[in-house]
Amino acid sequence: MTSNPGGTWPHAPGFYPGDRPKIVTSRFEYEDSYTLQRYLATDGYAGLRAALGRPASDIHDEVKNATVLGRGGAGFPAGNKWGLTPQGVWPRYLVVNGDESEPGTYKDRLLMERDPHQLIEGCLIACYAAGLSQCFLYIRGEMALAQERVANALNEAYAAGYVGKNILGSKFSVDIVLHWGAGAYVVGEETALIESLEGNRGMPRLKPPYFPAAIGLYGQPTIVNNVETLANLPWLLRNGAAAYTAIGTATSPGTRMVAVSGHVNRPGVYEIINGTTTFRDLLYGDDFCRGIRNGNELKAFVPGGGSAPWFTPDQLDLPFEASQVGPAGSMLGSGAIMVMDSTTDIPRAALTLTRFYAHESCGKCTPCREGGTWLERILSRVVDGKGTDADLDQLLEVGESICPGAFPHASNEKLGLTAVPFPYRMNTICFVGPSAYAPVHSALTLFRSEFEARVTKRTLIPVTAVGQ
Amino acid sequence: MARLNEDNVRLAREIIGRYPKPRSATIPLLHLAQEQDGYVTNEAMAHIGELVGATSAEVYGTASFYEMFKFEPVGKYLINICGTMSCALMGAEELMHHAEERLGIHMGGTTPDGMFTLERAECQAACTEAPCLQVNYRYRFRVTPQNFDDLVNQLSSGQLTEEIPQHGTLTVTRQHIPADRGVGAVDPELVTEGPAWLDGKAAL
Repeated sequence: MTSNPGGTWPHAPGFYPGDRPKIVTSRFEYEDSYTLQRYLATDGYAGLRAALGRPASDIHDEVKNATVLGRGGAGFPAGNKWGLTPQGVWPRYLVVNGDESEPGTYKDRLLMERDPHQLIEGCLIACYAAGLSQCFLYIRGEMALAQERVANALNEAYAAGYVGKNILGSKFSVDIVLHWGAGAYVVGEETALIESLEGNRGMPRLKPPYFPAAIGLYGQPTIVNNVETLANLPWLLRNGAAAYTAIGTATSPGTRMVAVSGHVNRPGVYEIINGTTTFRDLLYGDDFCRGIRNGNELKAFVPGGGSAPWFTPDQLDLPFEASQVGPAGSMLGSGAIMVMDSTTDIPRAALTLTRFYAHESCGKCTPCREGGTWLERILSRVVDGKGTDADLDQLLEVGESICPGAFPHASNEKLGLTAVPFPYRMNTICFVGPSAYAPVHSALTLFRSEFEARVTKRTLIPVTAVGQ
Repeated sequence: MARLNEDNVRLAREIIGRYPKPRSATIPLLHLAQEQDGYVTNEAMAHIGELVGATSAEVYGTASFYEMFKFEPVGKYLINICGTMSCALMGAEELMHHAEERLGIHMGGTTPDGMFTLERAECQAACTEAPCLQVNYRYRFRVTPQNFDDLVNQLSSGQLTEEIPQHGTLTVTRQHIPADRGVGAVDPELVTEGPAWLDGKAAL
């Protein structure tokens, strides 16, 4: 065993343990954390055993009482999601969303690579509690190591009787099928994930129904849960809902994995206490990122993955709590913070995100397919110094066609801005289109002068001037 | 080689058998085809269509949506350099420029010897280790221009063949469900009742 609380472990690049409660990363310190042997030596499958010793409805209640918030982005409580299935419609499926690709985010990849059995145990607990007859574990195509480790873990678990027929000799039987994608960000949207799993192009389905819990895979009730959400369940079943809610706050209990990247001294993935940890703790704390690189000033940060409206130093003291970050004009999303220091070229930074979303648009909704591409092209022109002042208004106009009405943004004392709360209205089925606009809108609202300095100002010549 | 070979057809049937509907296996089978030939051929797509009960156009319709499937030969090593925000903030553009110079090709191009294809990729979920790249989907973190040159040299001289198989091979291990342990696919047309463990009693 190698204990290294201060630094990263060489076998878990990017992860810094720290001296905090560990719900999902407790095994990362072991080099062989992904093996069944290590898993069994560290309470592995004890949560499942505990669950199977009680009626399924009890386990569902336990998860509801713990308020395990979905860790994929929307933050919907998992226990409530499981309860949205229509009465008497069978069979029901579990689809695990391991298609992590939100810019700035990585935690699911680590959880799959470093502790695949924990995820498998979480899947089994969910299937048992919610009465789900088959589980499909969808891993992002580009994550070869995660696929390798999960495949290995599943083979081990089947052989040892933890997955499949009559698990642990009980009447509980469920298969977990490893499925892998082939590169498409939009497939992270749960109905697109289901389309992809049915062998189709990964395009989101028209809503309503809003939840695949009503109509999902093969038209059946389907629960789609994020990897990190499910990874919480083994600990929860071993320790109980009371222990779980004792960490964090009442509305955001437990811990969550957060990746902080960009211009900080120690970029990394941290398991933080939910609800109370602030952005300042994360960016400047000794236990976390230890401040901005080269002693520079903080200019702005993206608080919740590439789709989130940006914050500036004014919002540093907000805690990791959705009920406070939402009214402040952004979202916690997938637990990814991207930090920009004073040297950052803001229009170019915004372009790297807008290009991502324009590229990843599936093409189903016109405002996103056309609008995203327009945003990228106009912004490219501005960044290259070929834009005009009309382009800046045009960017906002295109954004307005994707998200009508006021778009959320943070307050800013210097600019005299008051916050517009999250969420926005949208003319698209899913969040890819609005996400293409979020960086443009944030950058233009908070740093307009940087755009103005780059464009050519044009003066309209009156028509009467011709020929006079 | 174009249609799936015998071994792969056997594997394909095993994969198809795990799903309630054969078409769900389309993407895994396309990966199998890409592993066999280095890219996805028209003949393989037609063959996959026969196996899952779809037309070759439907298979192509699915395949062409996804970034990872290639429809013409690419290099033995596909190098994807991430250009999304965190990597861009830490010098990805400079790295891409260097890579193009070093290999003498533009993004999207393949070296004349068929060794390397270079692509600009979107977020690879390693944002704290920026700038990052993947070679045939195996990571390299915090890549400097010097690291890049070393990597290219190592790949060229065959030092990394064990760690990084040629393009198309994602994993060495495959899931295998033992016949005596598997429940089998739960087909909604055959199963219409709730699971046995929902009887209000503990399962154990």
